[in-house]
Amino acid sequence: MSAHDVVITGIGLVSSLGEGAEAHWTALSAGPPAPVVDSERFAPFSFHPLPEIDWSRQIAKRGDQRQMETWQRLGTYTAGLALDEAGMKGDEALVGSMDMVIAAGGGERDAAVDAAILAASQTRADREVLLNEKLTTELRPTLFLAQLSNLLAGNISIVHKVTGSSRTFMGEEGAAVSAVDTAFARIRSGQATHVLVGGAFQSEHPDMLLGYELGGYLHRGPHAPVWQRQGMPGGGIVSGSGSAFLVLEQREHAEKRGRKAYAELLAVTPGRSKRDAGYEDALASIYARTAKDAENLLVVSGASGAHAATAAEQAVLARRGAVVRGYSSLIGHVKEAQFFVAVALAALAVGKGKAFSPFDGSEKPFSGPLTGALATTVGYHYFEGMALVAAAE
Amino acid sequence: MTKYTDHLGRPVVAVTGIGVVTSLGVGKQENWAALTSGRSGIHPITRFPVDLLNTRIAGTVDFLGSSNQGATALTYELAETAAAEAIGQSGLAGAFDGPLFLASPPVELSWHSRFAMYGQSDEQEGYARLLATASKQNGDVFDSVMFGAVADRLADRFGATGLPITLSTACASGATAIQLGVEAIRRGESDRALSIGADGSATAEALIRFSLLSALSTQNDVPEKASKPFSKDRDGFVLAEGSAALVLESLESALARGAKVLGVLAGCGERADDFHRTRSKPDGSPAIAAVRAALADSGLGEDRIDYINAHGTSTPENDKMEHMSLSTVFGERMRRLPISSNKSMIGHTLSAAGAIEAAFSLMTMLEGVIPPTINYDNPDPAIELDVVPNAKRQADVSAVLSNSFGFGGQNTCLVMAREPV
Repeated sequence: MSAHDVVITGIGLVSSLGEGAEAHWTALSAGPPAPVVDSERFAPFSFHPLPEIDWSRQIAKRGDQRQMETWQRLGTYTAGLALDEAGMKGDEALVGSMDMVIAAGGGERDAAVDAAILAASQTRADREVLLNEKLTTELRPTLFLAQLSNLLAGNISIVHKVTGSSRTFMGEEGAAVSAVDTAFARIRSGQATHVLVGGAFQSEHPDMLLGYELGGYLHRGPHAPVWQRQGMPGGGIVSGSGSAFLVLEQREHAEKRGRKAYAELLAVTPGRSKRDAGYEDALASIYARTAKDAENLLVVSGASGAHAATAAEQAVLARRGAVVRGYSSLIGHVKEAQFFVAVALAALAVGKGKAFSPFDGSEKPFSGPLTGALATTVGYHYFEGMALVAAAE
Repeated sequence: MTKYTDHLGRPVVAVTGIGVVTSLGVGKQENWAALTSGRSGIHPITRFPVDLLNTRIAGTVDFLGSSNQGATALTYELAETAAAEAIGQSGLAGAFDGPLFLASPPVELSWHSRFAMYGQSDEQEGYARLLATASKQNGDVFDSVMFGAVADRLADRFGATGLPITLSTACASGATAIQLGVEAIRRGESDRALSIGADGSATAEALIRFSLLSALSTQNDVPEKASKPFSKDRDGFVLAEGSAALVLESLESALARGAKVLGVLAGCGERADDFHRTRSKPDGSPAIAAVRAALADSGLGEDRIDYINAHGTSTPENDKMEHMSLSTVFGERMRRLPISSNKSMIGHTLSAAGAIEAAFSLMTMLEGVIPPTINYDNPDPAIELDVVPNAKRQADVSAVLSNSFGFGGQNTCLVMAREPV
């Protein structure tokens, strides 16, 4: 144990299963819950929608709520949940000196304006002039601010006053892996004492589905658990709307303010392994380097369902004989937030000292008390990362 | 004996390679010659029609192979070109063998692709039709909407280690990329890091978005005169493209392999603003805190700074706030301390700006020449600064402060020195 150990003192979590760490524990520990799936709105694609949220519980000013679209609102809201849990919300000294690393893609475009431009493009030869005509007159001026990747962080600064520093990483699942890794390294080296990391994904917008489907990655047809989508129509991913935020804190800093931690973050291993015949071995090596000699781990897997990536991960987990919980079966793939969810659920279970019950029929039960968990996220197209969390002592 | 650690016992971070591309040209030499002769790269936009647009000028990079191939392709080529120059200068051969930090613009599916996909079917409308044709597109279209794809390719191209970090802190992004590299070396994770800022995203939609926020200059008639930081009649920034790359290296490792040290990244400081999405806190406290944090991190007192490379966007708000913040930190001395804005000549290169301006700051020290702030014909009487007006100045500069203040409240400042501090 050292003063610069990294502990997790706050978890914010929102998914189709509900909001808050405790609600997720309840939903995930008492037998497999039925996933909340909408298969109609964007058929043939399914997605996991957001639950009802009273935004004003974490974003007090209506004006602030109006400045954001759902993606930023969701992230800002979930960041508030994490800060609340960590006992930092509204503590000016703490949030004013807090560092922040957000993983983000882009925000929502105006689908109606886009559709109008596309429709008009069928009868116009001067498409570029058409763009100027429509975009200059029909775009809401402040919509840009709701779309910029770095403005989720910007809104968290405005709403929650987190102002020590603000960095936004991009790059799908890998962005979150780098965010956790950077925060972990900064705390361990004494460059930071408390860092807010997190991200959000809003799946209920066709442009977000398009991002996956341009690579042919979306699952088609009836919903199936993430481990059972090989060979089914489509690319294997069912996306979800969701968000996860974590307060990572130096152990000494947390102890001084008398906070109990969910868990300790022991290791983070980012990777960019070649997706070739050696990929399974590369993942096995990341597993070994992250888990080291830890025994009786629960693996909280962020497997996306994307066929090649998930098959490789599944093979490695089987090789290790791991007890696995693949949460995308229940809440879907939340892209930039995927690794934060993995680490959050891992910390939540370790904090309870108990594993989640299986998320689908293929997952084995876990026996005995839980003292450590491995969080994995194998990117659907590239990048991967794993993290090890253990009881905070 | 050379001291390899700084005032806090951390490894000193040296710069051993610099690469730059802006609308002024490719490479350090071309850029420096133009910059020190006060030449502007701002010109009428020809990449797309400007019908109905209030702003019809920009500092686009129109002379690369992918200048008309969309934002992702151009951003990659800009980054690749600058990085190749920087690594070449550093003398490192073979795989780079260190982490990569890339500041680049957020990606979106281009209108070119949207129109093409829409034309591939006549069933359904709007996004439903795009979704129906999506999986038939080639891999380049998919890559163009992947936020990490440019860094992924760069990591392959240069042999960077680990998972590359792509980041956005708006107009501070380039400085953040450098800061991340400095921090990694200070933690001892690597002897070297490649930090790049690249932005090739000057599309019609990007221009219109900034225009709708009233952020852009509309002084179209004489394009090269439009960007006029600290002038009374400044009316917004000029959208621009460009890139810069720095090879960062622990001083010990650089000297051990006999590399030429071009300068030292002595300090980084940041502070987020919680006031408003596009305006900064009226008291300037976040910018002031970022400057002070960078100075403290460097171990240099404010009296050791010889020159400030301004954020200097030419917007009414930024230049006023930057003056106020710097006056608070530097006091009376601020009236005499040279400060100039590269943006008067190259425009605002957004994600790349912090990196490009760091590159020019290092060259200022190396060459002993301060590039001017051009178009300073009508000084703002409320901003009393020595902006090195209109003509370069010979000066012995041993330490520089470079400011980057972003939309969305992300402020990052860098302190660079000619010699190890």
